[in-house]
Amino acid sequence: MITVKNLHKSFNTLNGPVEVLKGINQEIKHGEKVVIVGPSGSGKSTFLRCINLLEQPTSGEIWFEGKQINATGCDVDQLRRKIGMVFQHFNLFPHLTVRQNITLAPVSLKLETQDEADEQAQQLLKRVGLESKADSFPGQLSGGQKQRIAIVRAMAMQPDVMLFDEPTSALDPEMVGEVLQVMKELAEAGMTMIVVTHEMAFAREVATRVLFMEDGNIQEEAPPKEFFSHPKSPRLQNFLSKVL
Amino acid sequence: MFQFPAFISMSFFSDIGDQFYQSFVEDGRYMYIVEGLGATLLITVFAVLIGVVLGTVVSLVKVAHNNNPKKLRIANGICSLYLTIIRGTPVVVQLMIMYYVILSATNVDKIVAAILAFGINSGAYVAEVIRGGIMSVDRGQMEAGRSLGLSQRTTMVKIIFPQALKNVLPAIGNEFISLLKETSVAGYIGIQDLTKGGDIIRSQTYLAFMPLIITALVYLVIVVGLSALLTKFERWLRRSDYR
Repeated sequence: MITVKNLHKSFNTLNGPVEVLKGINQEIKHGEKVVIVGPSGSGKSTFLRCINLLEQPTSGEIWFEGKQINATGCDVDQLRRKIGMVFQHFNLFPHLTVRQNITLAPVSLKLETQDEADEQAQQLLKRVGLESKADSFPGQLSGGQKQRIAIVRAMAMQPDVMLFDEPTSALDPEMVGEVLQVMKELAEAGMTMIVVTHEMAFAREVATRVLFMEDGNIQEEAPPKEFFSHPKSPRLQNFLSKVL
Repeated sequence: MFQFPAFISMSFFSDIGDQFYQSFVEDGRYMYIVEGLGATLLITVFAVLIGVVLGTVVSLVKVAHNNNPKKLRIANGICSLYLTIIRGTPVVVQLMIMYYVILSATNVDKIVAAILAFGINSGAYVAEVIRGGIMSVDRGQMEAGRSLGLSQRTTMVKIIFPQALKNVLPAIGNEFISLLKETSVAGYIGIQDLTKGGDIIRSQTYLAFMPLIITALVYLVIVVGLSALLTKFERWLRRSDYR
């Protein structure tokens, strides 16, 4: 479904270019739940943001459903419709109500009428237990509620894959659970997911595959059981000893 | 019994009615104020429209160029030149250049020349205000819009711009108020606006107090009214902030 070939990404800083991704190769299949862990600054988020081209790769190829997404002339907007994204800081639209947040994209892109989109929004909100918040503004919600709305907003586009960029890192501890619960239900429903997170319990429980990133490379990958109980490289052993 | 201090002579009050009569009623002089106000409002309203449209376009060009320096290089150069010239010279001089130089060969009405001059002038200030407003919207908003498959343009129009508008409204309101008052120099190209109207009454009656104070009061009333309207609009825009 998603194929990444020799992905490099450098940022230009005042001190010259900094290479954040140093040649990543990945193949992510339909229905997989891939969790990416690693120390901060290892390039996890950059890798995730490259997949829907929020960051333009310096070199390498990213293929999504048979199309090279970073080729010149590729209609990125079209492909992004099928790649949902959830951000660390929610990025809900503060000037719109919850319902408008959810229906804006499908209606603007003429995929659904306003009535259809409203109907769908109501159903999705029900799934995450927030149907009473449809007419609230984001500023009136808690962090956990905002993130659940953000997930619903992405879901309203009926994406084929969902990217999660540290979805619980900006939340108060007591709200982490409700967001992870929604993600878990999403996973059980068969959604293909790529999740950058520090929640090791979530990785252990939900992931089909865990990637360990460090220093711009994927250092190790394995199914969660093996990943957590028999880490091979000393760097991963060191990392796990700190976070578990 | 109440006594006025000695330095205010009673004749001041007995004169005041007389002064008022001479300044506004005699020979129908109030028409100078009424017609002047009409010209002032006409110039201001259309200059505001030009200013907002021009300012929005310029700010969008500058923002687009800023996001991707390869795009719109020439347009950005023109916009920068425009901002530099307009903000670097006095509006009276721009007004006179517009009427006596640029439009001298044409038959264009003075009012139209003033509308163009003030509109183009206002556009430069509005552009910088709106640009600041757009830049003040969190980067994540654009990313969220784009990640849903919305185009850069749609995201700009439906997500960034409404939020930017809310942020810039106080500054834009200031600009409108400044513009209204700046049009008082329209007399330099012979337009009988509100200020000129008051001044003509003064020169006819040799009474300065009444016409000038009334002129000032008319400006004040409009500005206060405009401020109240803007406050209302701002509150409406901020309805999503209430919790």
